[in-house]
Amino acid sequence: MTSALQRFLPLIVTTAVLVVGFLLCAAQFPNFASWRVVGNLLTDNAFLGITAVGMTFVILSGGIDLSVGAVIGFTTVLLAVLIEHGGWHPLAAFAVALIAAGGFGAAMGGVIHVFQMPPFIVTLAGMFIARGLGFVLTTDSVPINHPLYGELNDIALRFGAGGKLSLPAMLMLGVVVAAVVLAHWTRFGANLYALGGNRQSAELMGVPVGRTTVAVYALSGLLAGLAGIVFSLYTGAGYSLAATGVELDTITAVVIGGTQLTGGYGYVVGTFVGVLIQGLIQTYITFDGTLSSWWTKIAIGVLLFVFILLQKGLLTVWAGRGGEPAEA
Amino acid sequence: MTLSAPGPSRNLPQYGALIAVLLANWLLFPDFFAIRLQDGRLFGSLIDVLNRGAPVALLAIGMTMVIATRGVDLSVGAVMAISGAVAATMTGAGWGLPAVLAASLAAGLLCGLWNGLLVAVLRIQPIIATLILMVAGRGIAQLVTEGQIVTFTSPALAFIGGGSFLTVPMPVVITIALLAVTALLVRATALGLMIEAVGVNRLSSAGAGVNTPVVLVAVYVWCGLCAAVAGLIVTADIRGADANNAGLWLELDAILAVVVGGTSLLGGRFGLVLSVVGALIIQAMNTGILLSGFKPEFNLIVKAGVLLVVLLLQSPTLTLFLPRPKGARPMGTVKPPVAPTSGGAKP
Repeated sequence: MTSALQRFLPLIVTTAVLVVGFLLCAAQFPNFASWRVVGNLLTDNAFLGITAVGMTFVILSGGIDLSVGAVIGFTTVLLAVLIEHGGWHPLAAFAVALIAAGGFGAAMGGVIHVFQMPPFIVTLAGMFIARGLGFVLTTDSVPINHPLYGELNDIALRFGAGGKLSLPAMLMLGVVVAAVVLAHWTRFGANLYALGGNRQSAELMGVPVGRTTVAVYALSGLLAGLAGIVFSLYTGAGYSLAATGVELDTITAVVIGGTQLTGGYGYVVGTFVGVLIQGLIQTYITFDGTLSSWWTKIAIGVLLFVFILLQKGLLTVWAGRGGEPAEA
Repeated sequence: MTLSAPGPSRNLPQYGALIAVLLANWLLFPDFFAIRLQDGRLFGSLIDVLNRGAPVALLAIGMTMVIATRGVDLSVGAVMAISGAVAATMTGAGWGLPAVLAASLAAGLLCGLWNGLLVAVLRIQPIIATLILMVAGRGIAQLVTEGQIVTFTSPALAFIGGGSFLTVPMPVVITIALLAVTALLVRATALGLMIEAVGVNRLSSAGAGVNTPVVLVAVYVWCGLCAAVAGLIVTADIRGADANNAGLWLELDAILAVVVGGTSLLGGRFGLVLSVVGALIIQAMNTGILLSGFKPEFNLIVKAGVLLVVLLLQSPTLTLFLPRPKGARPMGTVKPPVAPTSGGAKP
């Protein structure tokens, strides 16, 4: 067994990067270290954080889910069409959207398990289907004007000077806490890590591989649906092209957070920190004002590369001591 | 042995599908096969399918070999954007065509080299290794164009996208030429066999004396080059470089084309021509959906449906219940079927 320090090293490094990054930003811009910035960081990245939690579970199980961005886009359109064109109450529309997104994920998980297809390609097809369904509903951007949306957006816990914890931010924090409990203190979590570590061994140990696979993709779909609700609250509209490329942002957050893409090793908390690091880069570039937006992409690419190298280095060290498997 | 050259019976579904889609288009649009010669260039819906399918077909050529090594290259769309940005910016700065072509192809080669080194030397999973360039590549392309949509008026560069050679549009000519060169490289030498060997089992092929790092780097470099050519064509066609949208989502179309062409994502045997046929099937479907008056919104759903059907036909679970065509071998699966393996693929 590896020591606790070694097990948590990727998580510690990621957190250190966030803290040092924040301190550097604060040193350059005095207004940076304010509760307002922290609150906005959480609110702006809430939908990303919620999606990334689902992605973490999928990657821990050894899979990948490329459909999440499309599911977010579809959810926003479905909500807009149900509420504005159908006259539904938003809460009823939320329920339908969550069921649809969760069911969609479960169906993909079922196909992956029953037909033994690569998750990469099944969820790619899922991405096409979800985007396509969104387009079929409407290609316009539909504003949502229901009064409940305004009320929900006004819910916030205020703290410090100008800081506020909005409903999306609260939802994200709640999802992260629930996910930590689910991953580390339930049978489902144990099955998930076992499945990602080694599928065949897990099967021999009696892990219900099929049920776990379907459940993990259903969970990812459900969280993407929740992220879609948050996204529609955040933008106040439904648009079938919303959240394009979010699947890659979430995968990046998961990798930066120290989860191994081969599955079986990683922490939900790390993903949360990874999302915050991405948000921090964006906030820094906004604060700076002279840097162009494309530096965000380049910076995130560099960060991704550095963290992958770091993981590789750690794996080599572990393999040398016969601790963790070196397979990558 | 038919390990590297699939028999004609295996190609039937792809050619059949292409013919079926073309016939369906013809039923919807009786003038579909009409081709006319105008100003020394061929025009017509069929030519249009070939012409518009060219960028994805080019990407599919490179992607086929990457997938044959059990990899995938997600960065091809971003590489297209980079090569287009380089070409448009340099043309705008007054450089001549040879320098422009050399520079943008070199940009593609460099991108491929980077991907290849990550996969072969650092042994990073291909999805993740190429994800880096997919994310950062568009940023680099925007850096080159300084965030602008760079347009140019050079007729020499525009000729690559809009010109014609012996009445055939240039994109089609370039695609055929690149397909021929690639096929010659991999089939007239042992390279193709090595690529398949690496895809089936990297460790064993290294043990058998295949220089796996070199094969892997070569495959990604070639894929980068193909993407750069595709980027040049798109840029030349619209006479401008849009770093944000050039080649957006085309990596997915390229993967789709390869999968429809019958190359397994699990690596091993590959078919270059079939991947190009796959790209044409996709383009013919796009055209058909537009001609039929359906909303283009249905395009994505139809694509996904085709992808799922093709994958289902390849699925190890489903093939257990279907009569297996003579000479076909079962795909690699976690639990090998109990039925005796037909075809000679015993390791």
